[in-house]
Amino acid sequence: MCTVCGCGQGETKIDGDHEHEHRHEDGTVHSHAHHHDGEHVHTHPHAPGGLSYAPRHHHHGHEHSHAPGLTPGRMVQIEQDILAKNNAYAGANRKLWRERGLFAINLVSSPGSGKTTLLVESIRRLAGRHPLAVIEGDQQTSNDAERIRATGARAIQVNTGKGCHLDAHMVGHAFERLDLNAGGLLLIENVGNLVCPAEFDLGEAHKVVILSVTEGEDKPLKYPNMFAASDLMLLTKTDLLPHLSFDTAKCIEYARRVNPKIEVMQVSAKSGEGMDGWLAWLEQGVASAKN
Amino acid sequence: MHEMSLAEGVLQIIEDHAAKAGFGRVKTVWLEIGALSGVETEAMRFCFDAVTRGSVAEGAALEIVAVPGTAWCMPCGQQVAMAERYDACPRCGGYQLQVQGGTEMRVKELEVD
Repeated sequence: MCTVCGCGQGETKIDGDHEHEHRHEDGTVHSHAHHHDGEHVHTHPHAPGGLSYAPRHHHHGHEHSHAPGLTPGRMVQIEQDILAKNNAYAGANRKLWRERGLFAINLVSSPGSGKTTLLVESIRRLAGRHPLAVIEGDQQTSNDAERIRATGARAIQVNTGKGCHLDAHMVGHAFERLDLNAGGLLLIENVGNLVCPAEFDLGEAHKVVILSVTEGEDKPLKYPNMFAASDLMLLTKTDLLPHLSFDTAKCIEYARRVNPKIEVMQVSAKSGEGMDGWLAWLEQGVASAKN
Repeated sequence: MHEMSLAEGVLQIIEDHAAKAGFGRVKTVWLEIGALSGVETEAMRFCFDAVTRGSVAEGAALEIVAVPGTAWCMPCGQQVAMAERYDACPRCGGYQLQVQGGTEMRVKELEVD
């Protein structure tokens, strides 16, 4: 299970082991799975003062990992990025999309920020001006792809099952099923989640983070990695502002603390406020991607 | 962020190297994890144990080398420490900071049999 966001992953099971929770003297509650084969190696020191894990010292002797009487093994230098595989797929997607003159964006947000409503309205206003397709990511259902298809646009639904983000491999396969050969716009709607999708490059030109004004204005501080990874923040549902105590200026200030370069636009798919600016941004991207 | 996917990425890298370099068992894995990378190290340990079961890295000790966050402060014109992405510059209190270090997520080395 992804202990950050609570999602499961594929068919990964934790066979034969039970989860074991214990409380340390400092009050830290810590849980871990362990084997019952008599070789329980408890290798993690705990930082005092709760669940904040302080940097640990790097022991290069690592004697604790050796059973008595065994000689140390040989060392193999790796120096490889953990996301190298995803990044390689993302690189291949980016290359393909560049060759086809496509402008691809990765839309990320919490669930319920109004991503699909915004997309439907954007597609309606673009009214066939460019070839366009949507890749929809959700854990389950094809409801969002159906909403997009109702506009007449092509849409592919990717169900991540228990996964909490799209990766570049899934998106590459979804793209194979879209007939998008000569420029245009590829809109990728990621799984609603402000945590995990931040680190997974899909090959897009830009990540666009969507934050609705019905959420807290401090979300950029609570989920800084996502706002740091995005080039544009869309503040949506601005038609509701008169009914809320949302502090727009504060929200923008927080986003710029995390990412001084982030562009910000305020939009409402319902009233149409700000839609012209957002569509102009998309049009400019499409024009610059064209071969 | 998603430690389970990352742990699977780590295992993939180990298995690729095991096939190429021909080692049978991994005893220790060193990861370099930056303070600003969004990786929760305890979640990573939990997931690493889960995904390595039945693999060449089953039972391997996981050593996580924490890399501190650093940023370039434009007004100060120098590198400063950064514990969180929303931190201000410890010198001038501004936010004109460009992250320089601490986003790493790397498999550094392995101790193998």
